[in-house]
Amino acid sequence: MESISFNEEGSLMKLEYDVLKEDFSRAGEASSKIKKVLMQLGIDSKIIRRIAIATYEAEINVAIHSEGGKIFVLVKDDKIEVLIEDVGPGIENVNLAMTEGYSTATQQVREMGFGAGMGLPNMKRCSDEFYIASKVGEYTKVKLVMNL
Amino acid sequence: MIVKEIVELLDGEVLIGESYLDLRVKAAFGSDLMSDVLAFAETEAVLLTGLINNQVIRTAEMLDLRAIVFVRGKIPGKEVISLAEENRIVLISTDKTLYTTAGILYAHGLRGIADE
Repeated sequence: MESISFNEEGSLMKLEYDVLKEDFSRAGEASSKIKKVLMQLGIDSKIIRRIAIATYEAEINVAIHSEGGKIFVLVKDDKIEVLIEDVGPGIENVNLAMTEGYSTATQQVREMGFGAGMGLPNMKRCSDEFYIASKVGEYTKVKLVMNL
Repeated sequence: MIVKEIVELLDGEVLIGESYLDLRVKAAFGSDLMSDVLAFAETEAVLLTGLINNQVIRTAEMLDLRAIVFVRGKIPGKEVISLAEENRIVLISTDKTLYTTAGILYAHGLRGIADE
């Protein structure tokens, strides 16, 4: 599996947020903050919306499935890169996880309106480039690139 | 359709956002699955849902949706209402079911979101 790199060279701004395990009352705060910062920077609202959807899905995924993680956002001249990394069980079969409708979420998560198996496909749909790497029992990393 | 009309058609109660009743929405989307809302909803749409947690407000926030109708008489807690207030989102509650709510709005000219 390819490794996911995050090159900070040439970035104008770096944002970093923690996502806590199963903290569903606060899940979405990071994405909300990211969205507000990008609005202040005057980035196109359609692109902000795509980034907000993707980071929010990522945040929910990290809260649901992992032991906790981080979301980094790099703002560059020509693109925005988002890196989500967690510590946790990882994903056994990434291709399966990328299938719309496939989910390993619990009933509790489904009752909150998630766990429909749309998270990763949604993130991919919102991005110009999408990379995912996972090691079972260790981590999952996702990198999203949105061109400006 | 403006939000005020939605409130009237549904015999709804405005829970927060009285000052945004003149907002115009172009379409509606009904779902209790927030992931589907995130995948399909367009801006300038009203969300119809029976779910009343924080995640509904966050979902609307990410999508720039400004109006939510809670169906089946559901009323969210204070924390959820204040999160909506922070994000300048109108919250409406109606006793009608999701199907009836959608039917009434559709019959009065509010279309569904564009099919992909």
